[in-house]
This record gives sequence, structure tokens and C-alpha cells, in this order.
Amino acid sequence: MKHHADLAEVFNKDEERVDWHDETLWWVRQKRDKASHQIPDWEELRETASQIKLNVLSDLANYLEQFEKQAIANGVTVHWAADAKEHNQIVHAILQEHGITQMVKSKSMLTEECHLNHYLEEQGIGVIDSDLGERIVQLANEPPSHIVLPCIHKKKEEIGEIFHEHLGSKKGEDDPQILTETARTHLRSTFLTRKAALTGVNFAVAETGEFVVCTNEGNADMGAHLADVHIASMGIEKLIPQRKHLGVFLRLLTRSATGQPITTYSSHFKKPRPGQQMHLILVDNGRSIQLGREDFRNSLKCIRCGACMNTCPVYRRSGGHSYHTAVAGPIGSILAPNLDMKQYADLPFASTLCGSCSNVCPVKIDIHDQLYKWRQVIIKEGYGDKKKTLAMQAMAFTLSNPSAYRIAGKAGRVVMKYAPFAVNNSLNPWYKQRDMPKPPKQSFGEWYSEHRK
Amino acid sequence: MTSRDKILADVRKSQPPVSSLPDMQVWENKGQANANVIDTFKMVAANVGGKVIIINKLDEVRGHLNFIPGSRVLTTIPALFDVAGNAADYTDAMPHELENVELAILPAEFGVAENSALWVTETQMGTRVLPFICQHLALVVNAADIVPDMHAAYLRTQGTDNGFAAFIAGPSKTADIEQSLVLGAHGPRSLIVFVVTP
Repeated sequence: MKHHADLAEVFNKDEERVDWHDETLWWVRQKRDKASHQIPDWEELRETASQIKLNVLSDLANYLEQFEKQAIANGVTVHWAADAKEHNQIVHAILQEHGITQMVKSKSMLTEECHLNHYLEEQGIGVIDSDLGERIVQLANEPPSHIVLPCIHKKKEEIGEIFHEHLGSKKGEDDPQILTETARTHLRSTFLTRKAALTGVNFAVAETGEFVVCTNEGNADMGAHLADVHIASMGIEKLIPQRKHLGVFLRLLTRSATGQPITTYSSHFKKPRPGQQMHLILVDNGRSIQLGREDFRNSLKCIRCGACMNTCPVYRRSGGHSYHTAVAGPIGSILAPNLDMKQYADLPFASTLCGSCSNVCPVKIDIHDQLYKWRQVIIKEGYGDKKKTLAMQAMAFTLSNPSAYRIAGKAGRVVMKYAPFAVNNSLNPWYKQRDMPKPPKQSFGEWYSEHRK
Repeated sequence: MTSRDKILADVRKSQPPVSSLPDMQVWENKGQANANVIDTFKMVAANVGGKVIIINKLDEVRGHLNFIPGSRVLTTIPALFDVAGNAADYTDAMPHELENVELAILPAEFGVAENSALWVTETQMGTRVLPFICQHLALVVNAADIVPDMHAAYLRTQGTDNGFAAFIAGPSKTADIEQSLVLGAHGPRSLIVFVVTP
């Protein structure tokens, strides 16, 4: 089974890259700070967003019905998918109906969560991701490592190599300007030849039945407006009550994500264009279960800005792939155990609980509290690390038993003094990246009994 | 039981007691107090890679257009039909036919000072793909139609019914390669905003 600590260890082998990754993301975090400080009522704005989302979660079934009704009235075909498998089957059925074997897709973390590309490839359907970062990781046969910055773990030289191999750019070319131009030419021809385009959804408005897709590149629009069939996939939690509430979220989203005041394009899709089919898939895939978990339901407020990742000291130094889930970082670590507690039992422990994630979250999700609470659920359910459980039991016994405590302390001091190699080796996880301290001559207990007279 | 009914039933079972929505009027009132929207708009537009040109009347747009003679230019502004084709002619055409448009000049309904976004509706686009597929984009907005923030912006859209509309702020861009900003990802490589100030 995959484990965050093991995967982080692989990432940590290249120290220089870890430093670079760390600094790049911190720079993005700083841009977020600058942008948020320009809004005098930033904190109230976060609070307002959080309250709107709470209202949505508390009345979600009605909003879903309202949204469906409006969308159908707008000429959109609405589908419901209980889980990832059903979502993928719906997409496949739509494509089959039109005899389409190639599709272009803009960014959608939901389709990553559902492993749509893999599923469609098995059915003989080719998918091209059109977001530049996603296209890069797709060509590299890797998943995105960050929800907003999919190839943040890649150096331009590596991207140049990938483009040389797949898109025919010059060997050794690593100028971002030229590489982007190469991708532009390649993807524009893709947009022009695909009859189906799938996009994600940032926000969907119950009142009007419209949905909003935000991109900087314009790739969602290039795909959707050139295709005969537009499929939009969204988690059921993406709803907001009324259009006026978009004002709050569009102000928060990119300022939190990259420090931009807004994305280049915030596209409001309401009706298909004449001759076009527009499909919208509402996906549950565990969200209704998470909604029922009182301690964790607030995680469904997430608007996928990635601010919690950029600020997280663990994410910045372990890389997105170490989380082995579609949404990495702190938010991913509180979403994933809901989907599969056993498979993702390690993730809530991949945190220092410093709380920085909660501080930057634009919808005020109590991320670090939830990480702490998941740890307790996971241990109670028996999915905890067995070695850790044993160690904790031994520790509990020692600390509650004075003579055992004294013997253990003495033994520790003797071993560290006369046989330091017994602890200064790779079997001891505390020895990694740090030297063990010099053992004190005596314990505090011994010192106290000596000096109290 | 269909998936629809199952999802709705599961959601009903799980959702907490209804909590109230915050009052949006507070935010809508705040924007009204913000003056100097044009200066803010200009500054923010430049920051996101756009260029703002203040003109006194629409005719002056012509003097600022800089494109290769013979290249394809489309607009939905009747006053410019002498220098550009009518984009509305392509409303029902295959959008692919617009692949080689060099420049599109479109009106915007209004602009937003805090982020320099311009609200462009489907009708103003002529056809949906145009502001995305063109190599360069020019948008024209009246100075009086620049609102302070997004709350005021959505107030402006109240009661409208557009099949498609978008906020556009700056040229198409990406920073996916080592966070280096590159203008012209898939869409327009440049954006000029003409602010008409009579």
C-alpha cells in the first residue's frame, strides 16, 4: 500500500529540487498574501463565503432540484452519477451516441478523482488534456501534482525533453515562451478537430441553471465553443444559491490561488449554442456521506483554490505525488479518507497541524482541526499504523510505571553514551536529517534527589 | 431507484439543519462608496497584461488599430464595419471558420475596476468562440460603465438572460512552466481595452 512518508522520502532524495519546489510554492503563497491585503474586508469576505457555502450544504437537495429544473429549461441535459463508475459510463455513453472516439478536456479535478481518462482509454477513446500543465503531465504519463499548478514539480528542462519527444520541439529547448508556443500550435489543432469537449465546473448557480468555468488559458472555451457536444462534470457541492453570490467567490478564488485579481476568463455557460448539445453531470461519489459526517462536512465548502497546498510546510517539501490521491495537500488529506479510509489512512498524519492551511482557506474550512479529528477516527477504526500503535502502547506503559520509566531512562543514557551506533543508524527514524543529542549524565530525578537537601 | 433519487435521498438524510444566507446588500453598498474606478481599472488591466487606451469617441478606435494589411478582422460594432467584417454573420456558421481571425473588436457591456474584467455577452461576441480564437482582441467599454467591484458587476447583470457570457481580463496566459508568465496560451496574445470617455 502507498504511504505518504515513503513517497515523500523518494521526493526528498533530490534536496536541491525540494528547496526549489518549496520556494516556488512559497512565492505563490506570498502573491496570495499581497492580493488578499488589497481587499480591506478580506476576512469578512471569507466569512461571507463560508456562510453561503454552509447554507448550500444545509439545503443542498432543494438547490440541486432547483438547479436541475433551471438547467433543463435552458436546454441542458442533466445526468446524475452516484459514483465515479457511473460518471465515466455516462460520459462514454454520450460519446458513443455521437460516434465520437476523441475528446478534448479542460481542467477537472473531478475527472481525475474518477480516473476518467484511464476508463475512456480502455474503451478505445482518446482524451487530450488541454490545460498546458495538465498536457505536460499527461505526456509524461503522470497525474497532476497540484490542483491549480499541475506540473509545479517539473523543471523546464524536463518539459523541453517531453515536448521534444512528443511534440517535435528542438532538442534542448527550454524557453517557456517557445515551449508554450509549441503547445499552442499543437492544442489549437486539437481544439479544431475534436467534436466533444469536457470541462469542469467551478460554480453552478441554482437560481439560473448556469455554470461558471474559470481558466487563464482560454482552453475550456476553445474546447467547448468548437465542439458539437459539451460535457460539464461537477461535484454536487459546487452549487451556489444565486448569481449575486458569484461575486464573493470570484473575488476570493484566484486571489487565494495565485494572487491574481481574477482569472483571464470566467465563462458563464447557460444554454447550448444553436446546434450544440450541452450535458451536465452531477456527481456524488461519496459527497453525500461526507455531508453526513458532522466533523468533516465543512470540507465540502472547498472551491479548489490550492492555497492550503501552497502554504503547507509538508506539501511544499514532499510534493503533490506523495499524497497518492487526485487532490493532494491538506484539503486532499481530509477529503480522501472519506472515499477510502484504509487506502488513505496515512494522509491525515502527513501534517504538522500548524494550522496555516485553515488561515489561508478562502471559505474558512477548519482543515487542521479536521486532520486531527481524522487521525482519531482512523485509529479507532483500526486503520492506524501498527508500528506506531505498538510504540504508543509501550510508551504509555513506561510513562505510567515509575520503575519502568527509570530503567528505560537509564538504559537510554547508557546506550547513547557507550553504544551510540545503536541509535545513530538508519533504523532509527529520528536519526534522519538530525544528530541524536548528547546524553545527559543523570536524569532530572537523580539530580533532584541529589540537590534537594 | 434512479441515481438521481438516491443522491437526493442521501443528501436529505445527511444535510444539517438549514442555516441562513448572509446579507449581500452590505457588500453591494460597499462598492458604491469606491470612487476613482477608471484609475484603478487602468492600473489593474496593465498588471494582468492588458493595454488601456482612453478615447473620446468610438471613431478613434481606428487610429489605434495595428494589424497586418489583408489579415482578417471581425467586429460587432456597426461603426467599424468599414475596417472589419461583421462577426454576427458567423453566428450560425461553423465556429471553425474563425480559426484565422487576426483581430476581433468587440463591445463590452461593462468593466470591473478591481480586476479589470469586462463582461462580454454572446450577442456582443457575434459568435461564442470569437474572443477566444482570435490572435488579438480589442474590447470597447464606456467609461460610465466601469463599476467598482464584482458585487456591483453582478448587480448589473440582474435580470439579463444570456446563453453565454464571460468576464475577460487580459490576454490568454499561462504560467505552467516554472511559473514563468507567458501571454498567448491558446487564445488572444494581446488585449487592448478602449475606454470611451466623452
